[in-house]
Amino acid sequence: MSDMDRRKFLKIAGLGALLGISSWSMFEVVTKQHLEAFVEKYKTPPNAMHAKRWAIVIDLKKLDEKIMNDCIEACNRIHNVPQIPNPKEEVKWIWKEDFEHAFPGMEHQYMPEEIKEMPVLVLCNHCDSPACVRVCPTKATFKRKDGIVMMDMHRCIGCRFCMAACPFGARSFNWRDPRPFIKEENKEYPTRMRGVVEKCTLCCERLEVGLPPACVEVSNGAIMYGDLADPNSEIRKLLATRYSIRRKAELGTNPCVYYLL
Amino acid sequence: MYDGGKIVFGLIIFVLIVTLPFTLSIGKDYVKPEPKIDTPEIQKLPLEERKCVESKEFMRTEHMQLLNEWRDEAVRYGKRIYVSSSGKTYTISLQNTCMKCHSNKSEFCDKCHTFAEESPYCWDCHIAPKENTQKEAKQ
Amino acid sequence: MLEYALKGSGRYWGWLAFLLILIGIGFITYLKQFHVGLGITGMSRDVSWGLYIGQFTFLVGVAASAVTVVLPYYLHNYKKYGRIAVIGEFLAIPSVLMCMLFIFVDLGQPIRVLNVLLHPTPNSVMFFDMIVLSGYLILNLLCGWVVLGVERKGSPPPKWIKPFLYLAIFWAPSIHIVTAFLYQGLPGRDYWLTAIMAAKFLSSAFASGPSLLVLLCLIIRKFTNFDPGKEAIQTLAKTAAYFLIATILFYLFEVFTAFYSNIPAHKAPIIYLFSGLDGFTKLTPVMKICATLVAIGAIILVTPPLRKWEVTLSIGAFATFISMWLEKGISLVVGGFIPNPFERVFEYWPTLPEALIALGVWSVGFFILTILYKIATTVKENVVFDKYGEKQIKT
Repeated sequence: MSDMDRRKFLKIAGLGALLGISSWSMFEVVTKQHLEAFVEKYKTPPNAMHAKRWAIVIDLKKLDEKIMNDCIEACNRIHNVPQIPNPKEEVKWIWKEDFEHAFPGMEHQYMPEEIKEMPVLVLCNHCDSPACVRVCPTKATFKRKDGIVMMDMHRCIGCRFCMAACPFGARSFNWRDPRPFIKEENKEYPTRMRGVVEKCTLCCERLEVGLPPACVEVSNGAIMYGDLADPNSEIRKLLATRYSIRRKAELGTNPCVYYLL
Repeated sequence: MYDGGKIVFGLIIFVLIVTLPFTLSIGKDYVKPEPKIDTPEIQKLPLEERKCVESKEFMRTEHMQLLNEWRDEAVRYGKRIYVSSSGKTYTISLQNTCMKCHSNKSEFCDKCHTFAEESPYCWDCHIAPKENTQKEAKQ
Repeated sequence: MLEYALKGSGRYWGWLAFLLILIGIGFITYLKQFHVGLGITGMSRDVSWGLYIGQFTFLVGVAASAVTVVLPYYLHNYKKYGRIAVIGEFLAIPSVLMCMLFIFVDLGQPIRVLNVLLHPTPNSVMFFDMIVLSGYLILNLLCGWVVLGVERKGSPPPKWIKPFLYLAIFWAPSIHIVTAFLYQGLPGRDYWLTAIMAAKFLSSAFASGPSLLVLLCLIIRKFTNFDPGKEAIQTLAKTAAYFLIATILFYLFEVFTAFYSNIPAHKAPIIYLFSGLDGFTKLTPVMKICATLVAIGAIILVTPPLRKWEVTLSIGAFATFISMWLEKGISLVVGGFIPNPFERVFEYWPTLPEALIALGVWSVGFFILTILYKIATTVKENVVFDKYGEKQIKT
């Protein structure tokens, strides 16, 4: 120890403290893990709806202004979606877009103007191979086993990588506190805070208690939902009998919102 | 020692800053936080049913971990029913289960949180129940 | 060695004080952003990444460009870089720190940033970015400090530093490739969806980094007693020249693909950037300035007499640096978002608070750079070089 000097001492002391603290916390983590007996503590609600691959089918023939407004209003009301007047910061989960812009590349110059300007409802497509899930660094947006692309608002760090990745522009960010912009709070559902990304969740909290998604409920049959993996489901029968398109299908994300023409 | 004057001066400043929490609370009374559980909703329940999801001791020390587990199980796995250690089942929801009974956030949650200078950001998203002015809710 | 940073002239302290003021202004503005939200920036639902991520992208390139000095010296024994290997590494450290700071100020919920480590997601490029940036910071700190330390003592570097040096050489391009992958794997953004992104990133990084090093070496020669060496500066300029040519070529390749194939989605962002779309022309002056500066920089750096004369060299290096900064720091990020997925144009321009915060982060970087360079130049001023002025010898 005769060559011990101040520098060496400080280095050893620092390393020792670091190792000591980290081993203590590791000890805590490891021993706490298996202390609780394994008991079935968490269950899905008994009347939950189950599916292997949820999907939405929108019948463009049945859509009209009133139904679209009802759907948007129902979604916004139930989920406390803020109404921000500045388009720069707006938050939208489901909204109207004209055909030309919702399906870019499908129009041509000889198409009738009414079709080009026909409003359609656009929302998150709950893709099968979602780009947003692929890029999220914290798994704050994740794909559930039943196919819904869900948001965990607790974990989102607001990096907005998912917004860059989504080819459909379906995601919104809370650029400021949304609460002043919520018309009427639904006390049974939380709001979001500034700094997190949000989008349509296919009303999974309603599906889990046996209710249909809000937009489906008020759409008077224009929007249908069901299980794509079930060959006997209503939507599978519809998709087998009528011509349907999807938005930007060539990009490989495999969107699961179908539009019947 | 080298620069002895500067070192001693710095040490004095350091000791002063580090003991600030103690010096600043001289003369202040120690008020034990008393969260109130006498909300109208709890009063409506018969005596045998006035039980929280888990025992008071468990909740006092572990409610943060429980809420953490709840939020992962409910949001990420869709498991919205919780089977408590007493066998009773509850719907997992801060707003619709916990706060339905404990509807006085400022007299309950805030009492301990303010004492411990803790401001959990649950309420930035989860809507706190509206409290009557009769209950002297401090905004 | 930190004590070398505590002794300096009035000019040195004045410069540090000026930077501290800028850092303070940036910090106070950031507190407002933290409180109100990112709405005080110019970013929007359609252009959701802006100045901050652009600066991060540019600075990852500058950080990676340390390899242009380290690789020739440590791998191929290019003796002329002997004096400035540490200077290159000490540029990488504040650059990486600025990158991490820019990501931090861009996050909507920065206090949750450790979620990236708590919930590792290997399929996410951003997760890898965080890992490789942190690793690169540690590597450069380690290598730069150890090598400088032994220079001060007048002994050769210890053997155990060699694997770390080689690792740093291979790590440097990888941090920038990972950053390029952030962009080039996104299916919805046609401006970015091209394999040449990674190559273009590396070439523009290796043009802007050495240009900055040229300027820094000229400044070091002017303000300290340490001379980085005329030949080292010239080689840096030549490196920048060739990589600038490569960058220009890569960009022209992109333009060819877009316009020869005539695919509207590929053409639209380039048209927006250079001549505007649907009447929206906010970025066209930026691109025109960028193109002019690129031309000036390329002509100067490629022409030997202009490169040798240090007045024109400074102008050329400055032009190269600024033009690459405009291209990567603003136009790349914004161009990817315009037009949006609905083929509409929503423009972006940074707001004043955004610019102040960005300036604050740059000042943090320059602050650390000044301190590190003060230490490095103080050590090197007292070092004895051999008769070729390259290798440090023991007396």
